[in-house]
Amino acid sequence: MNNATPWWSSEIFWKKTAIWVTGFMFIVLIILTLDTIPKITAGSERVPAYSVINKHIDYQFNDERNIQVPLIGGEDPLFGKMLSEEEAEALVSYGKKITQGRNCMGCHTLLGNGSYFAPDLTKAWLDPGWSSEEEREEMMIAFLMDPVENARSFGSGRMMPNLHLSKEEAMAVIAFLKWMSSIDTNGFPYNFTVIDKEG
Amino acid sequence: MQIDHLNGGQQLAVKYYIVAISLFVAQIIFGLLSGMQYLYPELLFGMLDFNVTRTVHINALVVWLLYGFIGSVYWLLEEESETEIVGLKLGQLAFWVLTSAVAVVVLVFLLVQSGPGDDFTRWFINEGREYIEAPRWADIGIVICMLVFFYNVSATFSKGKWSGISGVLTLDLVALAGIYLAGMFYTSNISVDQYWWWWVIHLWVEATWEVMVGCLMAWGLMKVLKVDRKIVTTWLYIEVALMFGSGILGLGHHYFWIGTPEYWLTIGGFFSALEPIPLVAMVVHAVYDAGARHMKGNNNPALAWLIAHAFGNFFGAGVWGFMHTLPQINLYTHGTQWSASHGHLAFFGAYATIVIAMIYIAVPYIRGQKGLGSNLPDGGWKWKWSLGLLNMGVVGMTVALLISGYEQSFIERAVGGSTWYGYFSAQTHPWFIQGMEWRMIFGLMTSAGIVLLVWDLLTIGKGRVTQEREQTQAVA
Repeated sequence: MNNATPWWSSEIFWKKTAIWVTGFMFIVLIILTLDTIPKITAGSERVPAYSVINKHIDYQFNDERNIQVPLIGGEDPLFGKMLSEEEAEALVSYGKKITQGRNCMGCHTLLGNGSYFAPDLTKAWLDPGWSSEEEREEMMIAFLMDPVENARSFGSGRMMPNLHLSKEEAMAVIAFLKWMSSIDTNGFPYNFTVIDKEG
Repeated sequence: MQIDHLNGGQQLAVKYYIVAISLFVAQIIFGLLSGMQYLYPELLFGMLDFNVTRTVHINALVVWLLYGFIGSVYWLLEEESETEIVGLKLGQLAFWVLTSAVAVVVLVFLLVQSGPGDDFTRWFINEGREYIEAPRWADIGIVICMLVFFYNVSATFSKGKWSGISGVLTLDLVALAGIYLAGMFYTSNISVDQYWWWWVIHLWVEATWEVMVGCLMAWGLMKVLKVDRKIVTTWLYIEVALMFGSGILGLGHHYFWIGTPEYWLTIGGFFSALEPIPLVAMVVHAVYDAGARHMKGNNNPALAWLIAHAFGNFFGAGVWGFMHTLPQINLYTHGTQWSASHGHLAFFGAYATIVIAMIYIAVPYIRGQKGLGSNLPDGGWKWKWSLGLLNMGVVGMTVALLISGYEQSFIERAVGGSTWYGYFSAQTHPWFIQGMEWRMIFGLMTSAGIVLLVWDLLTIGKGRVTQEREQTQAVA
């Protein structure tokens, strides 16, 4: 009987395999990252420029991809004010910093990531809960500034706490939400019904 | 506690273990509060809101596990390297710096909670990114302390002796520390933000942490069951190859819906479907070794927790992860209680269990004994009950959350179209609420388990020491 350890179960074989597999996979990840980052940079096809908040954003079914995708329409400036690319970026960035500073992710999900105590914010700008496109901006400002008084918890008893947002802060958060709703998320969230498109 | 008889690394480890268990207790207290807020939304409303309790819950988790890992590595360091630790004083300084930083961060989370949308908030209050909410100053402190830890580990092995386990461990620490840097920058682009954020979260918990526990498992099996080093080292290499082979590109399952290109659906789906394979290898490895030695080790609680780790890792990280990892199902389950269900069983099964096992391995040495066999004076009821209560509690929470998650995926996502109305339709559905109630009941069971665990760790074998000493004195 041969007592020698077969090569495929030897320590050295698996040591080399571990090193090569790890190295190879990491290189593939780097290559994929180099390909992905330009495709998700603001201003790309999938992640629009921040000035998209000057446009009308819709969400429509794409027959070819068989999913709903964002549809960027004509001019529809947020709060009636057209912004340059730099101004739009500054406003969206301010809004994002506010969502981080108030720890919104501690209750909500953004792009589906975060906590599950409150609704996902990915397409919050397009949510039919804001009554109509005409009333949306004012309703959102009022809600963010006093979410307890304007609670929208649909009988769950769950309320957003008052995070003491000023009107300017609320507007920046809304700019961030509007921009986020324009990101092509490969059909997530599924079966979403856009404001003013019900029934 | 008298620990002068331990070697330098072990003395450091005891400090880390004490903080780890304290944070474990904090994690469960804040988990209970978060769970209660689902059932009673007005609980602590406006004072300690859900985003605060949940943030402390998950951050205590991450930090106690890190403390557990650091403690475990310090525990085995001198024995594995066959030499004295090179930077004991530096290690102790880093421990106090890190612990002070953690205390300040937790106090700020609890008392200050949030800040305006400026850079000061992200640097000193809250970064607002799940799992890595710690402000930037703390990030830098963590990196410095990790560098001290890395120096201690690599320099001690270099001075003493390298082995397969120490080689894998040291390289893994390089990756673990390096990846953390990917989360330390601000961008206004949420897609780019989450792209790199997942490098930290995924490449920690589904790659480098898994390899870390692979090293601890290998060392633990040698220690508890006297398994041959050559066998555990070969298994470790197999696990590393399979773990990194599947886990690195398995990262793609977080890139389905954040704005990233569609090719990630295929890559992420394919490689994450392979992720359970190394975890099966671990089960085979642990169960075979335990069986080959007729389940006879020198430390029964540690052996039991090692076996709990093997199965917990496989089911929690492997099976529960696989169940919702393919994009066709993840489209409905992403960001629902499904994720919470998976998270509970995976973090507990893969990581909490092995840290508890490593602490039990340390206990007899701390108490100056040879082992913790079946001859404990009280029959070892406390460790057995805490093992049962903790495992059943977490499994119960996992299943309860899964039921709520199924309901949420169906009512909110598939039927309700994921609108806010759809979300609340799911949250108010009796099936969802029942799941939350059962989660609370099993959460309380888990809490009973941690009380017993702490009691046991503080007392196990103490009576025996007295008995043994009395016998020795009588003979003398």
